Amino acid sequence: MKIMNCPLNGPRNISEFTYGGEFKVMPDPATCSDAEWADYVFNSDNAAGVVREWWLHNASSYWFLAERHTVTDQIIRTFDPKEVFSQRVEFAPHAQEIAG
Amino acid sequence: MPFNLLKYGLSSEYPVEVDLPPPTELKPSYDVVIIGGGGHGLAIAYYLSKYHGITNVAVLEKSYLGGGNTARNTAVIRSNYLTSEGVRFYAESVKMFQNLSNEFDFNIMYSERGQLTLAHTDATVRAFRQRAEVNKHFGGRTEMIDRQQIRELVPSLNLDPGHLPVLAGLWHIDGATARHDAVAWGYAKQAAKRGVEIHQLTEVQDLVIENGRITAVKTNRGTVKCGCAVQAIAGASSLMLAKAGIRAPIHTYPLQAMVTQPFKPFLDPLVSSSALHCYVQQTSRGEIVFGGGSDPYPLYNTRSTLDLKESLLAHAIEMFPFMANAKLMRQWAGITDMTPDYSPIMGLSPVQNYYLDAGWGTWGFKSTPICGKTMAELVASGGKVPELIKPFALDRFSTFQQVNEMGATAASH
Ligand SMILES: Cc1cc2nc3c(=O)[nH]c(=O)nc-3n(C[C@H](O)[C@H](O)[C@H](O)COP(=O)(O)OP(=O)(O)OC[C@H]3O[C@@H](n4cnc5c(N)ncnc54)[C@H](O)[C@@H]3O)c2cc1C
Repeated sequence: MKIMNCPLNGPRNISEFTYGGEFKVMPDPATCSDAEWADYVFNSDNAAGVVREWWLHNASSYWFLAERHTVTDQIIRTFDPKEVFSQRVEFAPHAQEIAG
Repeated sequence: MPFNLLKYGLSSEYPVEVDLPPPTELKPSYDVVIIGGGGHGLAIAYYLSKYHGITNVAVLEKSYLGGGNTARNTAVIRSNYLTSEGVRFYAESVKMFQNLSNEFDFNIMYSERGQLTLAHTDATVRAFRQRAEVNKHFGGRTEMIDRQQIRELVPSLNLDPGHLPVLAGLWHIDGATARHDAVAWGYAKQAAKRGVEIHQLTEVQDLVIENGRITAVKTNRGTVKCGCAVQAIAGASSLMLAKAGIRAPIHTYPLQAMVTQPFKPFLDPLVSSSALHCYVQQTSRGEIVFGGGSDPYPLYNTRSTLDLKESLLAHAIEMFPFMANAKLMRQWAGITDMTPDYSPIMGLSPVQNYYLDAGWGTWGFKSTPICGKTMAELVASGGKVPELIKPFALDRFSTFQQVNEMGATAASH
């Protein structure tokens, strides 16, 4: 079994993890064009080489980032998203209570 | 007799048949350059030469003919898809397959055995009803069958695997197989006869694009000018798209399959279960071929993994318990370019005369004839997209008009 190092839980079998897609920078949904949004949602570099990607440790619901070589399958490093995100990302304005 | 045979064999009357002409130098320029000599690239070349009289064509293959996914797939041919766009397209392909041996004068071992897909939940039964109706409406032959009919069709099948009893089946009478590399060779031979040049060991390394048009391709054997180009390189689509500056929703995953020692014939139809992530069929040589879902995360690598083999075998044995004693002969994988809606990307690209035949994921063998024919029409007309492939345009992702075939594609290829 292949081992992946979870930044929170340490080395675990790869079957405990779910791949979450390439790491991409999200355009601002409020100001970007439809084409930019579609590009963000669907398109990917799908490069053959070292790629930065999201992974989930299933048992602890912990999302983290990994750098992995997509040809050799070597996992170069895994790390906490805090390294990339210094602030909480708000995806939508806070829901407002609707009376009645 | 042996003496006569020897005499005939050595005489000049003996009809020596050359499959492909010997390799030649690359010409400096072609009307059409096709990148990739798999079934698809060769089929496009064949139909260009046959229906459109376009023969100044080069098929450039970095390795050997049909050595990519064309010779790695499990050869399932079917049209029981879910959407009208999908069914129409694949049903046309199934019809073309039925006549290919005659057309090539070369046996592709097309074998119509029917495909049985198992439903283990009520939700799947409902989805199958819809698929059966859509399929019938658009020219396929598919019906729902019950447990008793399944028992009669496949007596060796375990109808109560683990926690997933079989409730019903989708019986696709048109389901078939064919010898996959023979399909590639049939197309190659017939295209070459009409003057198409097929260059093996010729890798396209870069594209020359000027003012939004492709003018040449750079290969390991020099630069070749072209009137237009088609890319048909299955598992490497994104890498070439990047050179053309085109972004696409493709993720590349390995898909694994395996085959056992031969057995006496016991299984006529192709049997698949997406709940068990497994499909099983017996070849005409008696071997049992298994396949399942893709690997769990993207990779450009055809290594085998023990966990996938184990889970695939466990499910195959649940379906056919006697196989627990079978010996595995071979295991392999191919690299497949998956799209989010499990449908191909065919047609125009942002580069004016650069045409796409990509995103074939795990389901592209069955489409080889119709893809070749429609792509040839597109190329010959200088970019007029045939109706049948309009729904599969790359720009469907920016107009949010996907053709969702996920439910009808996973694990039955
Ligand atoms: C295990 C497995 C099982 C499958 N089962 C089925 C099935 O049962 N039914 C079904 O319909 N489909 C199935 N598929 C999918 C099917 O095999 C593919 O979709 C189909 O073969 C694609 O055909 P192609 O001609 O486009 O690609 P390929 O046969 O892969 O041909 C592409 C060619 O391009 C060449 N190439 C790549 N890069 C370059 C370059 N830069 N320059 C020149 N040449 C290049 C490659 O060497 C290759 O020969 C399966 C796939 C796999 C891996």
